[in-house]
Amino acid sequence: MRILVCVKRVPAPGSRINVTPDSLNVDTNHLGFTTSPHEECAVEEAAQIVEQHGGGVTVLTVGPSEAEEQLRYAASVGATAFVLVSNDTGIDWDPQQTADAIIESIAELEADQGQFDLILFGNESADSGGHQVGIRVAVALGRPAVNGIKGIEVGVQGVTARREVDGGYEVYSLEIPAVLGVKEGINLPRYPTMKGRLASKKAEISARETQVAPGAQQRRRLHQPEETVIETEILGTSSDAAPKIVDLLEELGVL
Amino acid sequence: MAGVYVVVEHDQGQLAPSAGEALTAARRLSDHLNEPVIAVVIGEATTEFVSLCEEHGIPKAVSVLDPQIVDYGPELWGQAMAELFSLTEARVVMATGTDRGNEILAQASARAQIPFVANCINAEFSGAWELTRMQWGGSLLEDVTLDTSSLFISYAHHSVEAEPLAAASATQIESIEMNLDPVLCRSLVQDRVTLSEGTTLSTAAVVVSGGRGVGSAEGFASLEALAGLLSGKVGCSRAVTNNGWRSHADQVGQTGTRIAPDIYIACGISGAIQHWVGAMASKNILAINTDPEANMVTKAGYAVIADLHEVVPAIIAEIERRRGNSTST
Ligand SMILES: Cc1cc2nc3c(=O)[nH]c(=O)nc-3n(C[C@H](O)[C@H](O)[C@H](O)COP(=O)(O)OP(=O)(O)OC[C@H]3O[C@@H](n4cnc5c(N)ncnc54)[C@H](O)[C@@H]3O)c2cc1C
Ligand SMILES: Nc1ncnc2c1ncn2[C@@H]1O[C@H](COP(=O)(O)O)[C@@H](O)[C@H]1O
Repeated sequence: MRILVCVKRVPAPGSRINVTPDSLNVDTNHLGFTTSPHEECAVEEAAQIVEQHGGGVTVLTVGPSEAEEQLRYAASVGATAFVLVSNDTGIDWDPQQTADAIIESIAELEADQGQFDLILFGNESADSGGHQVGIRVAVALGRPAVNGIKGIEVGVQGVTARREVDGGYEVYSLEIPAVLGVKEGINLPRYPTMKGRLASKKAEISARETQVAPGAQQRRRLHQPEETVIETEILGTSSDAAPKIVDLLEELGVL
Repeated sequence: MAGVYVVVEHDQGQLAPSAGEALTAARRLSDHLNEPVIAVVIGEATTEFVSLCEEHGIPKAVSVLDPQIVDYGPELWGQAMAELFSLTEARVVMATGTDRGNEILAQASARAQIPFVANCINAEFSGAWELTRMQWGGSLLEDVTLDTSSLFISYAHHSVEAEPLAAASATQIESIEMNLDPVLCRSLVQDRVTLSEGTTLSTAAVVVSGGRGVGSAEGFASLEALAGLLSGKVGCSRAVTNNGWRSHADQVGQTGTRIAPDIYIACGISGAIQHWVGAMASKNILAINTDPEANMVTKAGYAVIADLHEVVPAIIAEIERRRGNSTST
């Protein structure tokens, strides 16, 4: 199986997401970065499939040159080839522009090395959450796509994919090549091993430049949602609080 | 170009709980644009669909028909909406931003080559589109503008409350027959599996949740016991699922489940923003944490500043004591 996984570098904020003075970006001054969680699971899933069925996992990201960090991390957990499509404008491209950059790269990668059997995306990116980049890519390539996937099984003809719904799941069976949008929980991503860390240092990253047409969607401002400030009632500082807690549960009628 | 076309989501004819929300949001946008709302059902118009439209005073609805539409399929439904868009010269195509709603609009907008903006909480047009949408699962908002006339928009789930009208009025149903590309049947739902009936984490009235502070998988035994006494469900933070202490099905948050219980009991959870967005719809929150400065504590209505390993067993003992008393008297 030849698998491509598209991942996005995102900041990892704590209790609040602060914005820069010009309101156009998340203030990442004191933040670390990570791979968007759904996509981290997509990389793990791809690594597991390839371990079982052979093949390779290419990971592609569109972002600033620092996104190399996320590609190297993917190398440490089983990915085998790496593509960084640079966007050094300091602001994310809109969903169509991002999709265009990915479509163009896929065309070149496939012309060079053959078709990808599976292209995995996250269900949505952690930060912008546009819910569409993967689907736009799939439509442009004329390949089937299903989102919300929490289980993938590779068969002789194609793949069986499970999509999470409340209280159960739907089953899809797709011919290859196919595109899937994966959700966190499909697996538990591994931690890098010693060998993985070495692989990550050696990983060769192929850098690509691309020109994208102007986007339709322009960001004007990032801002906080309205917060209701609440006065916390402290019921106690030891297990002696138990009677007060149970009084509260009785009051709320949940006992 | 005219008309606000709203997709009314259903599964094999059964309306999604978000269907009323979608019609309410569409009515508001239609008032603002001064263009009619047209409700869209992909498949047959059921009596349930028609009455919902009537309750919302929607004068016109369309039923999109094709013998190939025997179940849900993202590509087939997306293509149907894209064709409806060009056929009717719709101004706006919208839906509620559920997993399916967003998927249908992403498919349809890509096929129609029109921009799609997901999870909006407000949409206005004055020469250009001005939208406010959710990022980070609602932890941050983004104002965007688009210099286009037509647009595909989803409204964030639960951002609009369904408001049927006081008096219902008749809805006229028009059927539109399509001749969709058979190739798109490749992604129809093949089968369904039910794992649990009844209460789930997202519908539970009580959720007892644990974070890294619980310390181990075994540490959850007392939380299980408390949830059992309260007929509730156990939840957890991502630190817990990452450690393999609980299954991801229990995770509350941006990439887990969004809950809305009567009370959320958060034990040893710091309250990171991605956890908070999943829990903030709770009616009451009780935080049990050793750190009085923890975000979960400062955002909770009630808190106990102590070791959860002492407090949780004490709550269980107190409930059992009171139950014992009430059965013996
Ligand atoms: C894109 C993205 C998406 C994410 N999605 C989610 C999500 O869906 N859900 C989620 O939960 N997280 C999510 N996270 C992770 C999130 O940022 C936090 O890392 C995580 O929620 C922390 O879990 P925690 O509160 O259990 O652990 P910690 O932050 O380590 O907090 C542990 C808390 O336990 C308290 N404590 C320790 N010992 C005790 C004791 N004995 N008794 C009482 N209290 C004690 C400590 O004071 C502390 O407050 C996401 C992160 C990113 C970047
Ligand atoms: N900048 C990017 N680079 C690579 N993949 C991306 C990028 N942005 C989005 N994606 C992929 O597209 C999916 C959907 O993104 P979105 O439409 O932003 O919700 C993500 O989960 C990623 O897999």
